[in-house]
Amino acid sequence: MEFYDVVVLGAGPAGLAAGLSSYEEGANTLIIEREKYPGGILKQCIHDGFGLVEFKERLTGPEYAERFIKMVRNKKIPILTSTFVTSIKKEEEIFILSVVSKDGIIKVGAKAIILANGCRERTSKQIGIHGTRPSGVMTAGLAQYFVNIMGYLPCKKCIILGSGDIGLIMARRLTLEGAKVLGVYEVKNSPSGLTRNIVQCLNDFSIPLYLSKTITKISGDDRVEGVEICDVDENMKPIKGTEKFIECDGVILSVGLIPENEIAESLNVEIDNATKGPYVDQNFMTKVDGIFSCGNALHVNDLVDYVTESGRLAGKSAAKYASSKYKRALNPIEIPLNKFLYAVPQYIDINSDNNKVVMYLRSRDIVKNVKVIIKSRNEILYEKRYTHLNPPEMERIVFDFNRSSLNDYSIKILMQEG
Amino acid sequence: MEEFTCIICPNGCKIKVEKIEDGFKVEGNICKRGYEFAINEMTNPKRSLCTTVKTSYKDFPRLPVKTDREIPKDMIFKVMEEINKINLTHMVKSNDIIIENVLGTGANIVSTCDMELIFKEE
Repeated sequence: MEFYDVVVLGAGPAGLAAGLSSYEEGANTLIIEREKYPGGILKQCIHDGFGLVEFKERLTGPEYAERFIKMVRNKKIPILTSTFVTSIKKEEEIFILSVVSKDGIIKVGAKAIILANGCRERTSKQIGIHGTRPSGVMTAGLAQYFVNIMGYLPCKKCIILGSGDIGLIMARRLTLEGAKVLGVYEVKNSPSGLTRNIVQCLNDFSIPLYLSKTITKISGDDRVEGVEICDVDENMKPIKGTEKFIECDGVILSVGLIPENEIAESLNVEIDNATKGPYVDQNFMTKVDGIFSCGNALHVNDLVDYVTESGRLAGKSAAKYASSKYKRALNPIEIPLNKFLYAVPQYIDINSDNNKVVMYLRSRDIVKNVKVIIKSRNEILYEKRYTHLNPPEMERIVFDFNRSSLNDYSIKILMQEG
Repeated sequence: MEEFTCIICPNGCKIKVEKIEDGFKVEGNICKRGYEFAINEMTNPKRSLCTTVKTSYKDFPRLPVKTDREIPKDMIFKVMEEINKINLTHMVKSNDIIIENVLGTGANIVSTCDMELIFKEE
């Protein structure tokens, strides 16, 4: 059996960054990828807008991935592609991974594991749409794979349900390739995607965006023939009598992403109900010693640049942990869930020699002119005024804490007017 | 007078632009970049275009490409037609030119993928 200090699951943006920083910190590192090529979902995200934070450039997805693949290859960090981890067990102080690859089933040992296996799309089954199950109903990511990787146009006249960014990007992409996008339907009363995507993907191509509307039924035997659209009330429940039939041959779903945590759960890693990803401390270690999480497996990011950053931080911490294990003392960070959707990390390890916290958070509602304050006892660790907070746009903040003053006091996040 | 939503940053300012005798009257922007965006948007709106070209490689049927500078917004579909005429039969790297000065826009269609890097076995 081969042994590594750190094994990274996933060679997308999070895994590549994690593998690089773990290696640079001196750890013997292995990256495992289930697909044939590294790069993750970036391979099919051919649009630009990636890397503005990381490289101060506007790159396409493949270009962004290529930079990290090249760095990993230059350092000769091994990537096992077409390889799938089926289970992980902890034996004494070592994690034993069962791995299926073209060489058969092998075992790999690791002192620390980084979960960088991304997120998955919510499907029609998860949003409870009624009707038959014809072909032509697919997630936006699948449509993107068909068009950008395979070169197939999966529909000629479609509607998009949900105004998430991938849905908006696909509205433009399908239009460019000659399909007619009849409209984007959003059940909430505000769009989920970034404003700039509403402008450059919908408005530029005169694709209508309908708010407070949803699909109540899909019709068609072999192929989608149409959908029933309904207005919804303030509780997002369909209003009777507002049903309208729209003829189409495709339904593209952009109804949210959920961190993939099958392996995390098998290791009894505790999951935060707010992020749907693991609870972590400022070193991106989950509540199970030696298991780290980063990127979209941790929480769904809107910019890949922050996926990379969390991967890099997790990689560094995992390498440090593999070289010398330490005992943690986790203090929870208190967050008012009526003001925020979530904040990551959720814990501070006050035993760690890392007293710099990189925190990602989202407000629950669209709010204007507020102050976000991070406080411990009476000490203000961080304070920033925002003219504008919008749930689809994640905020990143960095603060330091003083270990000695933190003993027994939790850190609180507050949002105040002003 | 025209109104635009600025796409430069997440603030998404609603900017009003009016042509006046010696220039433009711009309202609603909170920074200089928004000022420039709004005037361009009124006089000559431009966008970058990202799409794919067909290849003859079975394991890699589509190569991602982009315009290496912005093209006029109303040229997008005409440029798509040109791109759709291509069938790539050789390996390319990132930034290799696929179509030079497409339709006289001054922009090249360039590859955004290093095919060798993708094809190389780990």
